[in-house]
Amino acid sequence: MSEAFYDRPQFRPCGDRALLAEYGTGIDLAVNRKVYAVAAALRQRSLAGIEAVIPAYCNLAVLFDPIAVSFESLTAALTALESEMEAAESAEPRTVDIPVCYGGRFGPDLAFVAEHHRMTVEEVVRIHSRTLYPIYAVGFAPGFCYLGGLDPRLHTPRLPTPRTRVPAGSVGIAEAQTGVYPSDSPGGWRLIGRTPLSLFNPSRTDPFLYQAGDRIRFVPVAEPDFHRLRAAEEP
Amino acid sequence: MSDVFRVLSPGPLTTVQDAGRTAFQHMGVPVSGALDRYGLQVANWLVGNDGGCAVLEATLVGPRLEVLAEADMALTGAASALTINGLPAPGWTSQRVRPGDIVDTGVPENGCRSYLAVGGGIDVPPVMGSRATYLGGRLGGVEGRALTAGDVLRRGPARLLDRPRRLPWFPLYGGEVILRAVVGPQDRYFRSALATFFDSPFTVSAQANRMGYRLEGPALVREADAPASIVSEPIVAGNVQVPADGKPIILLNEQTLGGYAKIATVISSDLFKVAQAKPGDTVRFVAVTVDQAGAIAHQWATFLGDIQTLLAAGG
Repeated sequence: MSEAFYDRPQFRPCGDRALLAEYGTGIDLAVNRKVYAVAAALRQRSLAGIEAVIPAYCNLAVLFDPIAVSFESLTAALTALESEMEAAESAEPRTVDIPVCYGGRFGPDLAFVAEHHRMTVEEVVRIHSRTLYPIYAVGFAPGFCYLGGLDPRLHTPRLPTPRTRVPAGSVGIAEAQTGVYPSDSPGGWRLIGRTPLSLFNPSRTDPFLYQAGDRIRFVPVAEPDFHRLRAAEEP
Repeated sequence: MSDVFRVLSPGPLTTVQDAGRTAFQHMGVPVSGALDRYGLQVANWLVGNDGGCAVLEATLVGPRLEVLAEADMALTGAASALTINGLPAPGWTSQRVRPGDIVDTGVPENGCRSYLAVGGGIDVPPVMGSRATYLGGRLGGVEGRALTAGDVLRRGPARLLDRPRRLPWFPLYGGEVILRAVVGPQDRYFRSALATFFDSPFTVSAQANRMGYRLEGPALVREADAPASIVSEPIVAGNVQVPADGKPIILLNEQTLGGYAKIATVISSDLFKVAQAKPGDTVRFVAVTVDQAGAIAHQWATFLGDIQTLLAAGG
């Protein structure tokens, strides 16, 4: 067991319609996987009165209808759930491949990142695409993943001045984090490539390609493949 | 389904809102929706809709609309300045309007947000299960944005009311707002500041919008051993977060995760009072336990159920 785990979960009230169940502290993969196992188990069982489950790094919010279920009975249900769910905990996380065209106009900062670390752009791409990045949390913006696991050799400072517009799909690095912009937005990350996939498309039946708890793998693709995959995304 | 309103002037921030987009919070999609759920539901019940149908939410100055189809409409929330064809009309009451009528929701004397419902509901394409406008994500509502002059709004299928409906009272907003709150989730970081939080009046600052309400007042000082920020965790409407400067912010419906500690959380049935508070209004917090909060939720649900029954009978 990781030291980041609490001996027993802490249940904290969050007003009259939410409960925060916390399983440990900090940014810890084992604690995070526990959070996702509980979230998945809650979704599977669809307990009466639960309206939504929002997981994060070390805790999850259970939104409930106080007319249907009380805070007290919900904490009891969560405690009971934990003892039932050993199997779910050992389940391997799903790996989601995200094709990325590195460099060129899709990754205007790739050369900077390489120079900053005194390596070639090929090395940067090899290191960046070799890692399985766990999704610790999804938030900040629809589909935005807080990924762990960036190789320390690629930690790179942000742009001194953020760009006013970063195109959707851009893959970037900021300090110890890497990630993808699901929508057009301003941003100060160093852009090293772009995925042709629409990470967030509200008109799709499933607007998202992954969920927190999955792992992301960036798969390098050449520019012609980028355009082919991009064309397939456009309806 | 038909065109029902043309927007002549939109007001500074008028958006289509409903009961919110709840199904994708785990993917970073905030709830959005009407900030004043009391105003939302009563407006809808007054025109014979389900309580969660899409309405217009206006901020401070309401829109001026030309009516394009015969319809029942009702204005709730900050509803004191409504005129139809220049004549004052009461809020919290259904109004039959006809093509060519000019509806002006005006500048209310009290309160901050008005809710305009129309029989059949405002019909914009649902996005991920809701018609609510999420301005930050540019989705829902009318092209993900606030209304602009010239927009034409449609309504869903509607049957006109057999007789008018009215709420026999209406709330007055403004002045001092009392908000009941449950301590936590990070009250342990604010052990000595809790007394200040519950004993002091705060003032709504100019930074008050759909994201949240920043308050002015005595700084809420963290315990010496408490961290300045926390690992990002889920946010719910009503969370009172305390950033490093100690000035509390009541968070509303536009974000799902955040990294500041929360001293307390306003109970859901008091959030409409936040929605109706304006910069300069006084806010006081009153502590309730989780059990008391649960009991209040039951009372509030009963109260709303009674209103619904009353209005279905005409009010």
